[in-house]
Amino acid sequence: MTATDPTTSTTPVATPAPEAIAGDGGIRSYHGQPVLKEPVWSWEIPCYFYTGGLTGASSGLAFLAELRGNDLLARRAWAAAMMGGVASPLLLISDLGKPERFLNMLRMFKVTSPMSVGSWILVVAGGSTPLAAIDAWTGWIPGGKYARRTAAMFGLPLATYTAALVSNTAIPVWHKAHRMLPFVFGSGAAMSAGAATVALTPPGAAAPARRLALAGAVAGAVTSELMEHRLGEQGEPYKQGAAATFRRVGRVAGAAGALLLVSRGRSSRAAAVASGMLLSAAALSTRWSVFKAGFQSASDPKYVIGPQREAISRGERRGAARREPRI
Amino acid sequence: MSTGSAHTEIAIHRSGAQRMGFFTDTTVCIGCKACEVACKQWNDLPADGSVPGKGASYDYTGDLSASTWRHVRFVELLEPSPQLREEAQRALESGGGNKFPAIPASGAIDLVDAAQAGDGAADVAEAVSKMGDWVFMSDVCKHCTNAGCLDACPTGALIRTEHQTVVLQPDVCNGCGYCVPACPFGVVDRDPQDGRAGKCTLCYDRLEDGLEPACAKSCPTDSIQFGPHEELVEIASRRVARLHERGIEGAYLYGAGDEPDEQLAGGLGAFFLLTEPPELYGLPAQADSPVQENVVPATLAAVGAGLLASAGAVIAFVAAGRLSRRRPVRESW
Repeated sequence: MTATDPTTSTTPVATPAPEAIAGDGGIRSYHGQPVLKEPVWSWEIPCYFYTGGLTGASSGLAFLAELRGNDLLARRAWAAAMMGGVASPLLLISDLGKPERFLNMLRMFKVTSPMSVGSWILVVAGGSTPLAAIDAWTGWIPGGKYARRTAAMFGLPLATYTAALVSNTAIPVWHKAHRMLPFVFGSGAAMSAGAATVALTPPGAAAPARRLALAGAVAGAVTSELMEHRLGEQGEPYKQGAAATFRRVGRVAGAAGALLLVSRGRSSRAAAVASGMLLSAAALSTRWSVFKAGFQSASDPKYVIGPQREAISRGERRGAARREPRI
Repeated sequence: MSTGSAHTEIAIHRSGAQRMGFFTDTTVCIGCKACEVACKQWNDLPADGSVPGKGASYDYTGDLSASTWRHVRFVELLEPSPQLREEAQRALESGGGNKFPAIPASGAIDLVDAAQAGDGAADVAEAVSKMGDWVFMSDVCKHCTNAGCLDACPTGALIRTEHQTVVLQPDVCNGCGYCVPACPFGVVDRDPQDGRAGKCTLCYDRLEDGLEPACAKSCPTDSIQFGPHEELVEIASRRVARLHERGIEGAYLYGAGDEPDEQLAGGLGAFFLLTEPPELYGLPAQADSPVQENVVPATLAAVGAGLLASAGAVIAFVAAGRLSRRRPVRESW
């Protein structure tokens, strides 16, 4: 289409020049503003990621220790599970916009909602864990062995469902990591349970907990690395800002705790306590890193827009808009 | 500008559920924000501060939120749109001294002055290239077929109504916040004061009384049309065809009229006529319910990770079993 000069009325004066569009990936966003909303969750949620994993994996550890006849280890692991099991629902309720309506979580059982399924898992695991722990220490709970079995069984999904929960959001760094994130959280849960139990148990009885903590630490490092590698450019938020800081703290504390545990954990109670605390800090810090990375990936439109266009140009048409960008 | 059959007040009958929706035609939006005001007024939503510079350009609203359910976006084109070129041509032909906008808005451009001032064609071309303009777009909840917020909601506060719209029941919502990151369009938000989530209800209460939603009612150019979804898609498709005939070839529908397996979020109850790539309006080029995309593989991965961790714990016991029995254990701290 051309506008014409009024004097000659034949000279084309304006040709629509295909102008390069500024911005990341050659596509302009809306004034650089985010496409997605950042989550509204506050500090309670990453803490719950930690305590949920701690509760679930500690229950499993305690149950296995009972099976092996290591009652000392079992009791200490049940104590760790109980601490997490009491803290978890309090943290979650505290984060609600309407805490007095926490019972609405149990209005229905909704299979499409990981938060609904997770709430029911937490009700069962969080309810049975203190009973199991009290029974393990006192033997006062009627039918206590069923509480212990229930706590151990529901501890398994409790330790990893939060990863499925966040990867069922639109936040790119969580959404795209939906296959790896549960393994990161599962490793973290194993490390949390091992570390807390190592700190609480005399070293002589804590060998399985030490192994679990170390295996969790190694698996956590490997799965985190693999997850970030598979995210590619989408994983950049892990290398920026608060997410990077928490990630670094997690790695340093994890490495220090693991080294201390390997070198002195068997012989020194003080070293066992210190390494347990370091590994616990590492587990908590790693969850914070994942949490913060989600916010950072939502706030920058390039992590949303670029990969979507790449997917469309690869021929993925599901849920795709037809109009191609002008470049 | 006529865009097909006019919708004013449409009686809604509850019997025989019919999908109701919005067709928002950005080519006739003038950015007056009457929809934002009407929405706030009818739904009794608090003001969230019209602060100049809060958004970008002349967008002082910033964002859809729990208390802002319509949001007029001010999209800046850094080159004149086909419509503006057409207008410029008409102005030159008629010799009228039309003023054209430039971005950044440092005064208007007068093409006739430009043509008469210097060596004609070159100056006019330069003036035209400096023209820029705004495309306005009244954003709203999309009332998706595959609604991420609805899938995610653990309390059942978010429901699908008899009008096939997605409505949040404030008396049920406990403010868990899961719907917020579950929306691929960044629509739903939690009110920091109130603690509950909030979003467009497509004026559910007005629909019950046979009234059209407040924003559509107030729209002076019929940029926002309300009606049965099927009818709106027909009207919108005719509108796109007419725009193409007029040379505005970039016009397309966002969220309607696609092949069944290519629908944005399964098809949008509130869809749009756009002339630029969706990203420029702050819309995703690809959208689906994140739960429906990920729930099966993510759940399998979670179960797998849990089982693997358990297996690890079992191995830790088997490997450490003898070790723990080797030395005497004192029950002490």
